Amino acid sequence: MARPTLAVWKFSSCDGCQLSLLDCEDELLAVADHVDIAYFIEATSAVMEGPYDVSLVEGSIATPHDAERIQEVRRQSGALITIGACATSGGIQALRNFGDVDEFTKAVYATPDYISTLRTSTPISDHVKVDFELNGCPINKHQLLEVVGALLTNRRPRVRAHSVCVDCKRRGSVCVMVAHGTACLGPVTHAGCGALCPAYDRGCYGCYGPMETPNTASLSRQMAHLGAEEVDLVRVYRTFNAGSAAFREASEAHERA
Amino acid sequence: MSAPNGTRTIRTDYLARVEGEGAMYVRLEGREVADVKLRIYEPPRFFEALLRGRAFTEAPDITARICGICPVAYQVSSVRAMEDACGVTIDEGPIRDLRRLIYCGEWIESHALHVYMLHAPDFLGYAGAVEMAADHREIVEQGLAMKKAGNSLMAAIGGREVHPINLRVGGFYRAPRKAELQALTDPLKRALEIALATVAWTATLSFPDVERDTELVALAEDGHYPIDLGRFVSDRGLDFPPAEFDKHIVEEHVEHSNALHARLRERGSYLTGPLARYSISSGQLWPTAREAAREAGLGEVCRNPFKSIIVRSAELVQACEEALALIDAYEEPDAPAVEVVPRAGVGHGVSEAPRGLCYHRYEIDEQGTILDATIVPPTSQNQLPIEEDLRAVVEDGLDLDDDALKHRCEQAIRNHDPCISCATHFLELTIDRG
Repeated sequence: MARPTLAVWKFSSCDGCQLSLLDCEDELLAVADHVDIAYFIEATSAVMEGPYDVSLVEGSIATPHDAERIQEVRRQSGALITIGACATSGGIQALRNFGDVDEFTKAVYATPDYISTLRTSTPISDHVKVDFELNGCPINKHQLLEVVGALLTNRRPRVRAHSVCVDCKRRGSVCVMVAHGTACLGPVTHAGCGALCPAYDRGCYGCYGPMETPNTASLSRQMAHLGAEEVDLVRVYRTFNAGSAAFREASEAHERA
Repeated sequence: MSAPNGTRTIRTDYLARVEGEGAMYVRLEGREVADVKLRIYEPPRFFEALLRGRAFTEAPDITARICGICPVAYQVSSVRAMEDACGVTIDEGPIRDLRRLIYCGEWIESHALHVYMLHAPDFLGYAGAVEMAADHREIVEQGLAMKKAGNSLMAAIGGREVHPINLRVGGFYRAPRKAELQALTDPLKRALEIALATVAWTATLSFPDVERDTELVALAEDGHYPIDLGRFVSDRGLDFPPAEFDKHIVEEHVEHSNALHARLRERGSYLTGPLARYSISSGQLWPTAREAAREAGLGEVCRNPFKSIIVRSAELVQACEEALALIDAYEEPDAPAVEVVPRAGVGHGVSEAPRGLCYHRYEIDEQGTILDATIVPPTSQNQLPIEEDLRAVVEDGLDLDDDALKHRCEQAIRNHDPCISCATHFLELTIDRG
């Protein structure tokens, strides 16, 4: 039986999520023993023809060309998995969705006419059907291995959608919001990072995006009680997952306030 | 191949084994190189624009997302720029040492990735490291072990390998415990052994006998090999502090690239990265790295971009040995950060990303809100010398067939470890002989 084929695609991104695959130093060669890495331009110039059993898609759709290219990737793919905040919610570059992209272009480039870009940065699921979304900026490499392993053995990936708070308790970290009055997005943020920031004495900044049923209004009230002003609350929700529905609505509510 | 007077095009539309999306295009008319372009088509992400209106404390987390391979470079340059704007200097002491230590981790993981997984396949004739592992498993496993040691250092101090969460303006959120760092001693000792073997091994590879006369620019600091701070120094007499960046360097926007091209005012292109650092500061390497470089046949200056693989390996020796020394000397500081109170002003910060200079400039108001941001990543500075390298490689390789010439051109680009997401955009390769 032929080995399953894996393809890794890049759209608008920092490359950190696909790098996570190469960061699996202990597992990479073992993975390559069981899977044909058929398309992974950052790692190899060898390219196998599609279709591909599993496609990992990094990055958001931010140019007209990429909006067409993702359609072709979908046609070539069995299962299509988005990896990371850019592919899943539009990434940090989705901050343009709240501004004027012409102004942005003029601010960075002397000759804006040379630049081809869309007015928005959008997640892959706005364009094609996505079979599984892995959150995180960046993703957790152990979750990546879990998802790839699950797909290749036809089972559901074990990736929990509860909040960072749950993992914080499991880790035994002291609550930074209760104990130190530090603003923390942990209560509304998707688990997966291992509850890192509170373990380093800082509040969660939401890089894994919203959890399954986030109560942002309640959290905002608590952060306001701790001294956050409306402008701070807009910023808090408007970072790496600013384009996700829950965080976008929360930031817009504070912008109007 | 075409008639001697015809046009010949050599192109690669999606350059492999570099970080980001780029293309190469070369057009020959007869035996004349008519056009050479390193085209960066990575989509623009407008970091400088979206930083406006953000808090000065947010810059390290936001700018880290410019690059998943060298986030610490962006974090260190941005926090130093903000501290500079606020009148705080952290040029020595435990916080500086910790920054240098996590930066060593980034050099180790990034250089190990490049030397073993991106660059070595060019010399040994493989499409990538996984293919190379079929015949040279031990070499690839050594590279992965070294990469893992660097990543472990990043994670121990920063919380994770990609986009660490522990760096902040003024220092760190939490200082690591001594024991957390001591746990890395054995893997780093092993990494140091591998790095020494890597210098010896890379020296046995086959290199074209070329030298480039581009001006070399790197940071320099008395008593240290340049990593986390320093003055701008060139091999031709330039020497200026980060605050004078604008006076000496100008960025231009060209049509074929979504990255800006940097050049020295009234002097032209310049090269940053390992060749520049080594050629200016090889005397600052510790004896182990210096001796390894000497045994590998490197002089005090190296101007052959193909030999950058040996220089990176020597820098791996330095980074591993320094990391071990910094861990050995580490004492937990009284406070993980110094207080930085915002004030209206402009600040500059620069550090040596594994692939070259990473410069940040911010203007903030009295509340610490960012009014203006300028970020000059390594690859926008190296685009012009890369194109000059391509031209030279094509001129030397006119008699090669298209495939061989294309491969040589791709290698010429990979020699510089371009980070195209950093430069904002993708690389596409075309050689046009028509």
